[in-house]
This record gives sequence, C-alpha cells and structure tokens, in this order.
Amino acid sequence: MSATDPLTTADGLPLKRALMRAQRSARWRAFVLVAPLLLFVVVTFLVPIGQMLHRSVHNPAFPANMPALTEWFRATPAGTSPDDRAFAALAADLKQAAANRTVAIVGTRINYDLPGTRSLFTATGRRAAALAPPFRTALLEADARWGDPALWAAMRNASSAYTPGFYLSALDLTRGNDGTIERVPEQRRVYVPLFLRTFGLSAAITGLCLLLAFPIAHMLATLPLRWSNLLMILVLLPFWTSLLVRTTSWIVLLQQQGVINSTLVALGILGDDGRLTMIYNQTGTVIAMTHVLLPFMVLPLYSVMRTINPAYVRAARSLGATSWTAFRRIYLPQTVPGIGAGALLVFILAVGYYITPALVGGASGQLISNLIAFHMQDSLNWSLAAALSALLLGAVVILYWLYDRLIGIDNMKLG
Amino acid sequence: MPIPSYATPLERFWQYTYRVICGLVFLFLIAPILIVIPLSFNVEPYFTFTERMLAFDPEGYSLRWYDTLLTFGMQAPEAPRDAAWWGDAWRNAHWIKATKNSIIIGAFSTLLATVLGTLAALGLSRPEMPFRSTIMAILISPMIVPLIITATGLFFFYSMTGLAGSYLGIILAHATLGIPFVIITVTATLVGFDHSLTRAAASLGAAPSTTFFRITMPLILPGVISGALFAFVTSFDEVVVVLFVAGHEQQTIPRQMWNGIREQISPAILAVATILVLVSIALLSTVELLRRRSERLRGVTPR
Repeated sequence: MSATDPLTTADGLPLKRALMRAQRSARWRAFVLVAPLLLFVVVTFLVPIGQMLHRSVHNPAFPANMPALTEWFRATPAGTSPDDRAFAALAADLKQAAANRTVAIVGTRINYDLPGTRSLFTATGRRAAALAPPFRTALLEADARWGDPALWAAMRNASSAYTPGFYLSALDLTRGNDGTIERVPEQRRVYVPLFLRTFGLSAAITGLCLLLAFPIAHMLATLPLRWSNLLMILVLLPFWTSLLVRTTSWIVLLQQQGVINSTLVALGILGDDGRLTMIYNQTGTVIAMTHVLLPFMVLPLYSVMRTINPAYVRAARSLGATSWTAFRRIYLPQTVPGIGAGALLVFILAVGYYITPALVGGASGQLISNLIAFHMQDSLNWSLAAALSALLLGAVVILYWLYDRLIGIDNMKLG
Repeated sequence: MPIPSYATPLERFWQYTYRVICGLVFLFLIAPILIVIPLSFNVEPYFTFTERMLAFDPEGYSLRWYDTLLTFGMQAPEAPRDAAWWGDAWRNAHWIKATKNSIIIGAFSTLLATVLGTLAALGLSRPEMPFRSTIMAILISPMIVPLIITATGLFFFYSMTGLAGSYLGIILAHATLGIPFVIITVTATLVGFDHSLTRAAASLGAAPSTTFFRITMPLILPGVISGALFAFVTSFDEVVVVLFVAGHEQQTIPRQMWNGIREQISPAILAVATILVLVSIALLSTVELLRRRSERLRGVTPR
C-alpha cells in the first residue's frame, strides 16, 4: 500500500466516508430524540407568539368592513381632504356595516386612535339606512364630527390592515393629520414612562436582591456542608412555595391592619393613626418581588462562591492586605460570574412580572405586564396589547441572548 | 466560620454584625412563609395576632377557616355531617373542585412534560447533537419569556383553534411551561453520566431498549423525578395562563386564590396558604432526598 492510498475500513470503504456516515447517523439519532419536544414547543409556544407578533402589526377590522372607503383612501394620496366620492363611499360602507352589525367593530378600531369616536360610528350606524344623497350634507347633519380632519386621518391610518400604528401608540407616538410622526402631549404619555418605571423598579429589585443575597450566599458557601445544607432549606423553601402564598403573606404582613403595623403600634413606635402605607404602592411591589426573586440570586452566587478557594484570601491577608482590601481585590472579582448570572436572571424575571404587582402594587406599583393584561381583558385593544408584548419580548430576548453569551444556558441550575 | 485569633477588635465586631445581617436576611426569607400558619387558626376575621392568640388562649384559635374551605359553595352546608354532606362537599365545594382540577391538569401536563423532556434531554446531552445550543435556548425559553406574553399569545392561538376553555388547552400550555425544568434537571443528572456503562451493556448483548430501561433509566431516575416535581409545581402554581385561556369550568387552586385575594381577602385564603406551605415542604424534602440519592448513585461526592 502506497502512502497516497486512502485508509479504508475492513469492507473497503474509505475511512473518511465511513466515519462521516457513522457521525451522520449518530447526529440523526440525537436529533430524533429531541424532535418531538421541539415540535411540541414550536406548536404550543413559538407559533402562538408568532401569531401575537403578527397581530401587533395587523388589524383588518377597518378594511374588512369598510371596503369602498378603503378603496378611496388607496386611490388618493395622504392628506387629501374628503370629497363627495369619499362621503358617498363612507355612507355606503356604513349602510352595509349596519346591515352586517359590524359598525361597532369599525368604531372600536378608530376609537383606539381617536378616543370618543366609537359612539359616533354606532350612533350614525343606527340611522345609516335613512342616509340619502347628497351624502356629505346628510352625514354632517347626522353629526358634525364627520367633517373632522383628525377623524379622516385616523380612518386613513386604519384603512391598511398592516400598520405600524400600534407600535407608535405603544411608544407614545402619534401621526399628525398630515401623516408626520410626533410625540403625544406630555400628559397623555403612558407607555414610555411605564416602560421606564418597569426597568427602574426591576433594577432596584435586582440591586436589593444582590445586597441581600451576597452575605447569605457567602455564609452558605463557607459554612461546613452539614450546616449550609440546613440553612439552604431556608432559601429553597420560598423557592418551592406558591407565588400566591408568598404574595398573600406580604399582604398580611404589610397592610395597614397587618402584622408589622400592629406590632409597631403595640410597641408604641407608631401612633394608631400613623400606620405606615407599605402596600398597594411601589414599596409593596419592591418588597414582595425582592422576596420572591431572592432565591434566584442566592443560588447562582452560592454555586460560584463554593468554588472559590479560601487560600487566596488567606494569602492576601498574609501578604499584608487588610480584610477589606482582601475582600475587594481578591474575593469580589472571583464572584463576578455569580453576580452576573444572578443579576441577569433576576432582572429578566422582574421585567415581566405580573401577579405580584397586580396584587400588591396598587396604582403606582404597576408594571408593563399589568398594562398588557389591562388591554387584553378590559379595554380589549388586543393589537396594542400585542405591540406592547412584542416590545417587552424584544427586551427580554436581548437579555436572554446576553445571558446565554455570558453565562450559558447549560449552567442554569435549580436548587 | 470561626473568627481567627489574630482578628482585630474591628474585625471581630464586623464578624458579629455579618452574622446578624445574615440572620435578618434568613428571617426575611422565611418569616413571610411561616407567619400565615398561626394566623390561619385565628378565630377573628383579622390578619393580625389578637390578644387572645398572643396569650395562647385556646378560645383565640379555631379551625373555622378550614371548615369554610369545605363548606364554601356547598348546596346544604348546614346539614348534619353524614355521608350525604360529604358527598355534597365532594361535588360542590369550590375549593375541592379547584383541587381536583389542579391535580388533573398538573398530572397530565407533568406526564407530557416529563416524557418529552427526558427524551429531549437524552438527545441534547449527546455530544454529536446538531445545533445544540440554539435548540436548548428555544426549549428553555418558556421559562424566560414573561408569562403575560405567553398567555397573550396562547389566548390568540387558542381562540383560533378552539382550545380556549378546554382542559386540553391548559394541559398543553402547562406542559410547555414545565418542560424547561425537566430539561435542566435531567441534563444536570446526565452530566458525568458514565457512558461506558451503556457500552458495557451493549457489548454484553443488551438491545438498546433493554440498555435504556435497565441501565440508563435507574441512574437518571432521580433527576427525572425532580424534574417532574418541578413541572408539577409549575402547573400547580400557575395562574396567568389559566386566567387568560381557561373557561369557567377550569377553576384551579391558584385561580380561586387569585379571585379570593382580589375580591375580599379572608383568613380562608390563609388556611389554603398553610396547606400549600405544607405541600411545598413535602415536595422540597422529596427533591432533596432524590438529589442526594442521585449523587450517591452517580458516585459524585457532594460539593
């Protein structure tokens, strides 16, 4: 056999090809094991989220029910003031929509952009059958608001099923009558301040968790295993206890007639009329969420601190460092991976929290999730809820990607 | 951690302060969970310790809130407590119905999550798995994505597919939420799994299925059971998805608690909370025992 001949297996196949074939079948076997779950998660998780993202840019309520007017908007450039054909199309569509009982749907759609217009549509819809040419006068007689340029701009925006309008609303932006994008007046800005509050409170909660978790993680990591296992139960029990139970406990502890206030009054520290308001505001949200998320900070910190060799700190001390210097220069840098993992995880979880703020947050302690729930359940502006969800999802995905890059999902541990 | 003899007075002082701080943090962690237990026996409808409770007067304590859990929603709660009364409670009491629903939904979603999750974890822990980290990131994402977003997406999806208000819909959703926990615990068990054991079985003539059930399964079983318990707790505790996609029939314990807290919070909630705390203590002990068993089986010395 010369040196240039390829190596072969016993049955004469080139070794390279045989190896590739074996590797391919091994890869295939591994993938077949994962495939059912992947399919399951795609169907029950990724598809619904994709559908939600689609809904955040897609709302066919107007074009589906107002075809003639939609056609007129398509034929004319933005900013065209409505002519007689436009009013005729509007009247025809209103008649048809009234017959199909869909006027309220259209009115609701326009109402998202221009509050107060839903009643305009339903009221005119009830009398739509009686509308007679000339339609401009007839409609303006029915309600003068039909001549409002802002209304026509809103209808033009709604006339395309695919619209960035919900993202504009979610960012407190609006389109002027001439189609330019501008910020809404200061007192009507809701969402951007709420996003800022969500990130701010999450950062505060993350900071508090770090502050509280650091000493106990250090204690757990340095105690003999027998003791640290025992104390670990105190960290793990909250982790396993129902979130609603823990939230209930905080209501019991913090409310005006609750345990903490009653104790302070009984001890004479507070007067009976000076009871502290610690719940149904931001304080309540921060306290309860810090408690709920604290184990997620302790566990990664602990697993990193356990691996730190105590000899390094002792060496630093023996070389003359004060205990503070040894901590700051030797110990603290080694805990950074744990701090990063815990802080990112807590922040990610805090940003999307819903239950705790809804129950103990009052008005000032609500987070963005609560507003999404409001738009889903009360105001029924689902497209706006979807747009807000998409923005929140974007933030979470970026943080998750960061977590994966810095820490690695494989290193996530539970207890 | 003993204080070294060369410590300066300042360091000594700091060591004691440090212990006090740690004690306070542990108190912060555990006190809110334990405080509900005595309060659930309060005879008065208050959320604070009455004077009679503090004096350990038996008159100050009662089981009336636990009794409410049974009678709330019954057709004839005042009837004599015979077999018919218990039958009424079993059929109509709201909390008992909620418990039944929670257990049914929890059991099926756990089964689904555990079977699919364990298979996937076996595949993911093979070194030749293609696109390993991407797939892992997708499978873990239900744990990371805020529940409100998942619930919103499922609401649209289920109202389109007709799964809204059905048991199947909630079971599928809860299985999805439990899967990350199964994957994480089972892959953790598979780290350091000695593959020469399965090769030895194969070389001795065992079929792959025999190898799996006789060799692999017993070794990873503790991890699988912990994962299953995590998945069960996730489902048992989940309220947001239930609020969004469940119908009136699928009242679960957390949803009933949610309603109770939002409407008028009564000490009956504390009675439920106490029972749930006891359940979580039982679950935690089981998981800890399993973890130690797993470490012993795999020959990993505890850290």
